[in-house]
This record gives sequence, structure tokens and C-alpha cells, in this order.
Amino acid sequence: MELREGLKYSKSHEWVKAEGEEMVIGLTDYAQSELGDLVFVNLPEVGDEVTAGEPLGDVESVKAVSDVYSPVSGEVSEINEALLDAPELINESPYEAWFIKVKDVSEEEELLSAEEYKAFVESEEN
Amino acid sequence: MELKTPLYDAHVKAGGKIVPFGGYLLPVQYGTGVIKEHMAVRTQAGLFDVSHMGEILCEGKDALANLEMLLTNKFGNMVDGQARYSPMCNENGGTVDDLIVYKKSDDHYFIVVNAANKDKDYQWMLAHQFGEVTFTDVSDQYAQLALQGPKALEILRKLTAEDNIPKKYYHAVFDTEAAGIPCIISKTGYTGEDGVELYFSSEEAETMWNALLEAGKEEGLIPCGLGARDTLRMEAAMPLYGHEMNDEITPLETGLSFAVKMTKDDFIGKAALEEKGEPKIKRVGLKVVGRGIIREHQEVSADGKIIGHTTSGTHCPYLGYPIAMALVDAACGELGTKVSVAVRGRMVEAEVVALPFYKRNK
Repeated sequence: MELREGLKYSKSHEWVKAEGEEMVIGLTDYAQSELGDLVFVNLPEVGDEVTAGEPLGDVESVKAVSDVYSPVSGEVSEINEALLDAPELINESPYEAWFIKVKDVSEEEELLSAEEYKAFVESEEN
Repeated sequence: MELKTPLYDAHVKAGGKIVPFGGYLLPVQYGTGVIKEHMAVRTQAGLFDVSHMGEILCEGKDALANLEMLLTNKFGNMVDGQARYSPMCNENGGTVDDLIVYKKSDDHYFIVVNAANKDKDYQWMLAHQFGEVTFTDVSDQYAQLALQGPKALEILRKLTAEDNIPKKYYHAVFDTEAAGIPCIISKTGYTGEDGVELYFSSEEAETMWNALLEAGKEEGLIPCGLGARDTLRMEAAMPLYGHEMNDEITPLETGLSFAVKMTKDDFIGKAALEEKGEPKIKRVGLKVVGRGIIREHQEVSADGKIIGHTTSGTHCPYLGYPIAMALVDAACGELGTKVSVAVRGRMVEAEVVALPFYKRNK
């Protein structure tokens, strides 16, 4: 399981990165490896409101669909359209394949450091 | 409590992601992932552990008469070694299971049934047997491997003589060997691809598994899990019990009329099927033309009216687009019909297309 320092992690397996006033959100390496080959992504639209702890969209593997949760509340300022045509980017490089950027962030879920997230995943696996 | 097939340890060692299925712990995929496994079967070869399948022997002077009564297909004209697919109906014409009958010799038949239905099937057979016949559940004695793909036979030839391999599809050679292990070699499969299925003693499972993987290295043979088994059968439009079939759905509704011989004197469910007449629902193929992936149990509408529901659906790795199968009103669903499928609150546009979605070039 690959982790990146400097990112924060949610217990629902998203990563969050602060980029100026915006928060960038993606799926962790652990999540993509658990989900398997992804073949479809549903993203919100720019201007949509997302709520911490609620689904922002979903990803589908050949086997199943899974919700992707927003770790923050705010307004979607940008979406990664490249993922719509190439969901495999999430499997290939999960920390480059961001999903959305959120501005006017009003609320944040409890987020973990890389080390804390690693411990959390290990505790979930056992 | 789930059972383990004799290859459980081999799957874990090979990086298999283990899930419960049909009462067994089986790999849904290996480290390579469902898409690579699926593509290996379409372009090279894949090896599946299908030891969870049930095997039942039907023996005795009245074996054939029992099969004719229990099952919808006809078996009287089979030659030794031949295999035949058949649904098994209940009195209402619903489907108890679908299975394959092999004729080993007169009075000796070998039946392969779905894992999840094994006990139900066996009890059903015992409850309806008559005359001089014995049904024996021998599932625990057999391991089963499916070697599938355009390179499958080339790989098998490294481990056995040409004469041991059946010449024709749906034929088997009993009492033969591969890699020195006594086995049945059957030209059957559930992938829409060329290949064989091997039945042999559970005790030899790991030896056979390793011998095949080793023999197929050059040809690109890889182990494949249940995930690829499911996407391959969907692409080939093969129905799966619990999806396109169940105790309520008749085999005619599933589109299996080729295996339902209404001209036979009698079989369990025949009277009910006659009474029902022309099926009111039918199985169709859907190709997604909009954006989204259709799954099972989703409503299908045409012209704003609900006409049925989906039974299976996925993204097809080989074809490169999402497909689904659905049971719809028999009066609707002509080829080319535009339909909408309700996918978690969103309508996904699809079109009725001919089945199978994928057919291999012979």
C-alpha cells in the first residue's frame, strides 16, 4: 500500500490535499487495490455542493459499484474530466488521479495523517 | 461456514482475493485483476478452479428413464462420452437448476450441477427417483478445473496424448489421464471460448493445477477467478442460475427452448409449461449506448413504460462496453428497441441487441 506524506486521509479511503483555498480529493492506493480494475466513474458537476461524509460520486469495477465519499463540505470548483474517459488512471496512479476540487470549505471530517491511516487500514484488515 | 476447495491454499499463495461463493471460499480474482484475466481467456488461456461444482452419479437399469423424467432435454440418442446441457424443472415449470449430463455408458451417467444448488438438486432427484436407479452425490471426491482460451488445447497436448482429448464440443473422454493423473477430459466450458474441463480426484488437485500452469507458461496461461468467470459468461450471454433462472422462471422464458423437448412423452414440469403456453416474458440482451454500467435487478423501460428488469450486467472487458441481460415483456424488446434502465436514480440509455454479445471465430 502506497501512502503519500503531506496528504490527509479519510476513514472511507479518500485522500485530501490542500491547494491554496481549495481541497483536492482522490481515492487512496489501498481503496483502488481493494476495488480492482475500475471501468466507470461518476463525478458531480462544477457548482454542485458536496457534504462531508456523503457520496460525491461513485466508481465501478467490472464486479461492483462503490460510492466515493466527500471528506469535506463545500462547492465543487473543478472536476477531473480525464477520469471519465480513463477510469484506469485511478488504478495506475491513485495520488495523481484526483476526482474533484472543492472551494468554500465549511466543514471537514476527521482526517488522518499517513501514519494514522496506515494503522487504521491495518486494524480494519484484522 | 464456507467450505474450501482442495486448491484453497494454492489460491492464497497465488495472490487470490478470497470471497464466499455458493458455500465455498474461492478467489474472485488474483493480483492481475479481472480485466487481464478476462482478456487472457479471450486471447490466450486461463485456468479456473471450479471444484465447487457438484457431481452426481445416476446409475442403474432405469437411469435413462429417470433422467428423461427429471430433465427437460432428451438423452436417449447420446453416444458414450457425449455431454448434454439441460434445465431441471419443478412441477410449475420453474427451474430447479441447469446442469450437464454426461453419458459414461449405458446405465451410467455423470451429472454436473451448480454448487449453490447441489444439495437441493440431489434431494430433488432422490425424491423423484423410480425403478432401478441410484443417485450418488460424489462432489467431495472430485476436483474440477476449467482450462479455457484459444491456447487451451495446445497447452493440454503437452500433458496428454491427442487421443485422450475429445474431438468435438460437448464430448468427453472418461478414464483417461493428463499429467499422469487419472481424469475425465471434457470439451465444455462457461466462457464462450475453446477449452476443456477436467474432473479428477480431489487429492490430485494441487498437482494438476501446478502441472497445467507450468505447461501453459509460454502460452500466457494465468489463473483466473470468479470475477472473470462471470464477465466471460455474460459476454457469451450464458445464463446463470439465480440470475436468468430460478424456481419461478421457466427455461422457455430464459430462452432455453433448444434444451426443452416438449415432444417428449413426459417430464416434470411439462404439463405446467404446456398450460402456460407461449412465454409472456423473454430474455434479451442490452447494450449500453449512454453513460453508465447496468447491474442486475434494475428496471427496464421503453416509451416510458416498465417492461421488465435486468438479471445480470457488467462492463465487458473484451467488447469494451457495458452490457446486460434482462427479462422483459415478450411483446416488447424487439432488436433495436431503445430502452432506459434505472441505475441508482439515474436513467441509462441502452438498446436491445442480439445474443450472444460475443461469439468466438472458429
